[in-house]
Amino acid sequence: MSALTAYALTGAALVGLGFFGLLAARHLLRRVVAFNLIGSGLFLYFGAAGGRGAAPDPVPQALIITGIVVALAASALAVGLVVAQARASGRATLPGEEDAS
Amino acid sequence: MTALTASLVLPLLGALAAVALPRRAAVAAALATTALTLAAVLWLLVEIGTGGTVRLVLGGWQPPLGIALAADGLGAAFLALTAAVMAGVALAARHEMAPAAAGPRAAFGFWPLMLLLWGALNAVFVSRDLFNLYVGIELLTLAAVALVAIGGKAEALAAAMRYMVFALAGSLLYLAGVVLAYGAHGTLDMDLLAARTPARPDGLALALMTAGLLAKTALFPFHVWLPPAHAGAPAPASALLSGLVPKASFLIVLRLWFEVMPDRAATGALMVLAALGAAAVIWGSIRALAQARLKLIVAYSTVAQLGYLFLVFPLAGGDGAAQPWAAGAWTGAMFQALSHGLAKAAMFLAAGLFMVAAGSDRLGALRGLARVMPMTAFAFALAAITLMGLPPSGGFTAKYLMMTAAFAAGQWIWALVMALGGLLAAAYLYRPVAALFARVAPTDPRPVARARQAVPLVLAGAAILLGILSAPPFDFLQIGRPEAAEEGL
Amino acid sequence: MTALLPVLILLTSLIPALVTFFLRQESHLLRNALNLGGAVLKLALIVAMLVAVAGGATYQSAIPLAPGLVLLLRVDAIALLFVSLSATLWLLTTIYAIAYFGDKAELSRFFGFFSLCVAATTGLALSGSLISFFLFFELLTLSTWPLVAHKQDRASLDAARSYLLYALPGSAALLWAIIWLESTTGPVLFTDPPDLSALDPWSLRAIFALFILGTGVKAALVPLHGWLPAAMAAPAPVSALLHAVAVVKAGAFGVVRVVYDVFGAETVVALGVGVPLAALASLTIVWGSVRALQQDEIKKRLAFSTVSQVSYIVLGAALAGPYAMIGGLVHLVHQGLMKITLFFCAGIYDERAGVKRIEGLNGLGARMPWTSACFSLGALGMIGLPPMAGFVSKVYLGLGGLEAGAPWVLAVLAASTLLNAAYFLPLLYRLWFLPAPGDATGDERVPALVAPAVVTAAASLGVGGLAASGVSPLAWATLIVTRGYAP
Repeated sequence: MSALTAYALTGAALVGLGFFGLLAARHLLRRVVAFNLIGSGLFLYFGAAGGRGAAPDPVPQALIITGIVVALAASALAVGLVVAQARASGRATLPGEEDAS
Repeated sequence: MTALTASLVLPLLGALAAVALPRRAAVAAALATTALTLAAVLWLLVEIGTGGTVRLVLGGWQPPLGIALAADGLGAAFLALTAAVMAGVALAARHEMAPAAAGPRAAFGFWPLMLLLWGALNAVFVSRDLFNLYVGIELLTLAAVALVAIGGKAEALAAAMRYMVFALAGSLLYLAGVVLAYGAHGTLDMDLLAARTPARPDGLALALMTAGLLAKTALFPFHVWLPPAHAGAPAPASALLSGLVPKASFLIVLRLWFEVMPDRAATGALMVLAALGAAAVIWGSIRALAQARLKLIVAYSTVAQLGYLFLVFPLAGGDGAAQPWAAGAWTGAMFQALSHGLAKAAMFLAAGLFMVAAGSDRLGALRGLARVMPMTAFAFALAAITLMGLPPSGGFTAKYLMMTAAFAAGQWIWALVMALGGLLAAAYLYRPVAALFARVAPTDPRPVARARQAVPLVLAGAAILLGILSAPPFDFLQIGRPEAAEEGL
Repeated sequence: MTALLPVLILLTSLIPALVTFFLRQESHLLRNALNLGGAVLKLALIVAMLVAVAGGATYQSAIPLAPGLVLLLRVDAIALLFVSLSATLWLLTTIYAIAYFGDKAELSRFFGFFSLCVAATTGLALSGSLISFFLFFELLTLSTWPLVAHKQDRASLDAARSYLLYALPGSAALLWAIIWLESTTGPVLFTDPPDLSALDPWSLRAIFALFILGTGVKAALVPLHGWLPAAMAAPAPVSALLHAVAVVKAGAFGVVRVVYDVFGAETVVALGVGVPLAALASLTIVWGSVRALQQDEIKKRLAFSTVSQVSYIVLGAALAGPYAMIGGLVHLVHQGLMKITLFFCAGIYDERAGVKRIEGLNGLGARMPWTSACFSLGALGMIGLPPMAGFVSKVYLGLGGLEAGAPWVLAVLAASTLLNAAYFLPLLYRLWFLPAPGDATGDERVPALVAPAVVTAAASLGVGGLAASGVSPLAWATLIVTRGYAP
């Protein structure tokens, strides 16, 4: 197994884990983490895809950096919203989903 | 080319200025930006009308390394729609988003977010690169979610959070599709992808990107986030969210299926898209009938109206693209998107004025308001005519073109959906109109200046004009269209 | 210039309509001048064209909206018949309405939609293609709603809702029929009957049924007539407009267009859909009369009478022969003149004497002689007493029935005449022969209310009495039929 395949498989595993978290977790902070996991998995896979040919392709690296910045901005907004909602309603879950973890 | 650059950069500069400057100067800067961007878009329209599609290659780097932007007739039509709605919203927000009316935080946050949203929309409408589109819709989502949450009430925050969950999931699905497409073809430029040799992951990539974008477009059954979010935002923000934001993700779906991977558009998949659209028309309308608040009725109507757009896929996509009726169906769907954008913005702005006057958007509180605010009530009724698809409105032109195509294609079931949807729209919009026209004196309404009432009237009137003067926009939409239409049906 | 004339005629109502919306309630003078000016100008244009069209000229304007969607306006003999009726009655109704409303509230809204309604009717009459017809048909639906709801009380809003409840599904059926037909034949122009051979007979029958469903709602064919009696909640000028000029006439006119210009009389006969339509029209004629007999409110009785009378036009179209066609077309005008007289008078009784129910008519003839005389003329015309207008229509319809091999039409006409007499004569008896109650009030000292009724009553006497002359509606209907519709 080459290093690239290992990267790609790790990326796929992260995406799977993230989707599991997204569906299973009720706490909004956990969901934000799940989103970041999926994102990281995709970027890892993307990087692996760019490393295949003879010379490494620079485009995925540029896109990954952009993607990380975008994901950071989205996470910041999401966490801000979670905090605001927890302050306003006393819960960090969506209405109608209060029952679990 | 300068006009294209200006219409992309000006809103972003304005957003920065609106954050940095003190309150009064910020509003002035935002309004000035609105006027300048509007002018830039008009200039761009003239350029496209005379010289065809305007292309711009960023930094002179040609694709696949660089990123190309292109404003064709379709993209420019949406730029124009956005500019018109933004101008109306900016005029309405001067009063409704003033600190005294909306609270200091919303009054501060609205202007930068509005301009950021504008910049993101314009970028999505002209981008020719799939990753650039990802950045665009992500920016769009962030601005839109923040606009929902801006009021700060608990239910608005919950609605924003739900929206965020759907939108982020959608973004990631889309991103996964983009990664697959890059892995297979080594480029993300739309025109290069369109010319590529088909590869095996294409189908999966297209499915992932489409699923992600459908969640953002709030197509049934991904619509659950939309009504609370659009009804919970302040009225000028709702006008943007309902009239413009879903159109951006829809436009990407459209470009993917019609321009980038038309060879992957299997008949079954096209039928599924249309069936979801049909379900949205019916279900959204039925839910709208059951609502007691005006903004919720209008928001559920958005769910229904977006459904019509997806009926275009089996009529003009895949094998249908080469048929003589394709141009009519495709253009009809675009008319639907444009006239819905104008009419829905008018409706939300009118709803905002009703709330100013009556203090609530419950149908019971609106009774008799037509007496105090005849212009706004008339604007609401005009917008309703467009949404019902009655002549002489843009909504009628849309329905006529699409229904004719549906019959010509032998798929009259979609025509039935459109006819039924029109009747259901009449049913759910009749209730607010009848409440407005009831003969009771509303209790102590707050007066609203006539100039403010004129804004929704102009937008609703534009939606009607789109029907009366539908020949020029029809021709304009064909500029740069892949299978250029010779003659509609 | 000739290409502009049809558009000009449309604009004489459309421009006053649009401007009136923006006038203040207090600017009575400007509003009245605009609406009356538009009406007079329109009438002048029509008179000018009548001469030319009688000589064989036609005027046509085409305004493209989108590919396949062309607004085609065309002035020919049959269009002019309907337009001149609506223009004449618009002028009279405007005079009447100005006097009727005085300075009540929301007048700019009222007159705006009133003129818009007339503009839609004009456009509908001038439409040269199916899709143009549909555009104006819908504009008519929409502009009528605020008129029916004008009083904004519970009854009016209910009536307006019930109107839309009937009209919008009707429009959907009509649009469905148009698109189904045009997806096979291409755009249908009335001058150039479409080639129907590509469609199988059952599809054609279904399309015909959808057309009748769509136009039949407005023409108040049983069982689609429920909205019309309910719409009586509207003010009297609106009722006059609805019953004599705009809505029900548009429906009946639509049936005529569909039978003669879309399908063609031979196809209608060959498909075997003419007789069922004639039967439906006959049922409507008898049923409407029976229901009229049961009403105690004057306006309700008149409304059911309209249900019955408008179907004469449908009957004439359905029989698909030249005589029946003349009878139907001429009744389009005759019924309009007679019915508007009756509604004008009913409005005067209500407004000046507070009389809404038939008991209140007792002895009114003495106190309101002009109104009552007009009312009596209108009622006698409806019954079909020679030489009144209604008599001429019935004679031609009866001849048409015989010609089409449907002698049962005579029985329907006879039954209808008896029923008409049964529900109108008691009113006349009450007016002239019963003593007035002691506390009765009422006068007719408002010339602007009474004069339009006198004019229309005289006209309905005149068009019957002078039917044989060259300028009567009968002569014009005969011209239409001999020119284009003779099989």
